[in-house]
Amino acid sequence: MTSLPTPAPGGKKLGLVIDLDTCVGCHACATNCKEWNASGHMAPLPDHNPYSAGAEGVWFNRVHSYEAGDGEDGRTVHFPRSCLHCETPACVTVCPTGASYKRAEDGIVLVNTDMCIGCQLCAWACPYGAREFDEDQGVMKKCTLCVDRIYNETIPEAQRVPACVSTCPANARHFGDLGDPDSAVSKLVAERGGFELMPELDYKPVNRYLPPRRAPKPDAGPPKDAGPLNSQIQNPLLRWMDKVLSR
Amino acid sequence: MKPAASVIAFTVASGAGYGLLFWLALLRPLGLVPQGAWFGGVAAVLALALITAGLLSSTTHLGRPERAWRAFSQWRSSWLSREGVAAVATYVPAGLFFLSIVAGWPVLAAVSGLLAAAGAAVTVWCTGMIYASLKPIKEWHHPLVTPGYMLFGAFTGAALLAVLAGFWGMDGVPAAIAAVLGALGFALKRAYWRSVDATPPVATAESATGLGSIGQVRPLDPPHTETNYLLREMGFRIARVHAARLRMITLGGGFVAPALLLALALPVGGWVGWLLLALAAVLAIAGMLVERWLMFAQATHTVTLYYRGNA
Repeated sequence: MTSLPTPAPGGKKLGLVIDLDTCVGCHACATNCKEWNASGHMAPLPDHNPYSAGAEGVWFNRVHSYEAGDGEDGRTVHFPRSCLHCETPACVTVCPTGASYKRAEDGIVLVNTDMCIGCQLCAWACPYGAREFDEDQGVMKKCTLCVDRIYNETIPEAQRVPACVSTCPANARHFGDLGDPDSAVSKLVAERGGFELMPELDYKPVNRYLPPRRAPKPDAGPPKDAGPLNSQIQNPLLRWMDKVLSR
Repeated sequence: MKPAASVIAFTVASGAGYGLLFWLALLRPLGLVPQGAWFGGVAAVLALALITAGLLSSTTHLGRPERAWRAFSQWRSSWLSREGVAAVATYVPAGLFFLSIVAGWPVLAAVSGLLAAAGAAVTVWCTGMIYASLKPIKEWHHPLVTPGYMLFGAFTGAALLAVLAGFWGMDGVPAAIAAVLGALGFALKRAYWRSVDATPPVATAESATGLGSIGQVRPLDPPHTETNYLLREMGFRIARVHAARLRMITLGGGFVAPALLLALALPVGGWVGWLLLALAAVLAIAGMLVERWLMFAQATHTVTLYYRGNA
């Protein structure tokens, strides 16, 4: 059913919190995402010309880098972009077949690739570019929030997080229930002023981004009207007088 | 957005087919087009052929056309599904309409024709809503998009009906309707372009990244050095100078010229008049192909904010 499930009050909203302050832009999350999902729930993730010029393929995670602001206030920010598992995802409601769906139990947005007809309307409907078309299979693919890891009882409990989260060397990615105000991720969002992307489109994304911290103001040095330091006075008599008078 | 030939051919052909079906069903019981079984049958067959060719063309846009039947299930939420249901449902009264014309049952022809006309209008409405419901694309999420699809379908359909009726020397009413619709189409398309050019983008690089609190956001390093599906599908761009010329061609060749030819054909009459009608219909359909191509080529998607900083 591509009609959205009625959200239960206090229901689970699993998602990611991405810290733009600590992300170093290493692309490890994107690489490990590709590695896991190439054989995971949405497998395969095909590549075209993988070993020659024009190499491209299906990835669920893309790391952009931006400059924000100008001059001293300017920042370079690395920005991982993936599915935000929106609360009102138009990618689901536009689907004519029921292949796209939002899970009632945890809010994860998935595609049943056995039902997808490859009309690609969902990719048009997603403002964030989260969906990528598998041209080999003729069906749409997307981030699964590693649904095949987070509930997987055959792997150690510490690894039951999305592949992008488990691999991040800067601890810039956090996974949890954003529907629970007392969860670690919700507290992190509250503490750091986490925000959603393109709120004006009203897709109500679940994932949150944490803003880069403000750079501390650089040390302004001594005031302009301050005299020379005692050690900078050449004349020994004047240096002695400065020392005595400065007491 | 990438102009996909299959989708352009679909909306132009099925739009004209549904328009033809609509006017045939409306004008025939009023005695405003030739009443014979031959005329009605040929016109209905042409309409259904255009509709069917369009729908078949649309399935070539699918990655898995053999699963197309699944698209009839989600009419509660999806305009694409509603369009599919409406298109298939319209075949029932349209088929009955054709049969009753050929068999000479005027009452059934009138009733099934009206139902088919309603189905045609609903189907084209759904087609327009597929585009108009997409918020990330400001050129499509516009109140004139769906009325445009309906009006342009009605215009090309009426022009085709005038050509067919011209064979029987009874083209006056459909030609006059087509001429008026051409003028209205010109006005609507011009108003749409003026409005959409003045509409601010739906989002900015600052809101897309949330980094606006720091200052202006500029893309520095792309996430990948080669192109990808998103850029090929959503990142299509057309040179502004080409777009301006194609807009002129659409307005002049697709609306003004056919409307004038249709108006001219009325007093001229005879086989010269019919040639003018045929030329008008060819121009209208060619103009509609350009209009539909531009509808895609000039559409901007918010995902390009992430890649280029502008949509």
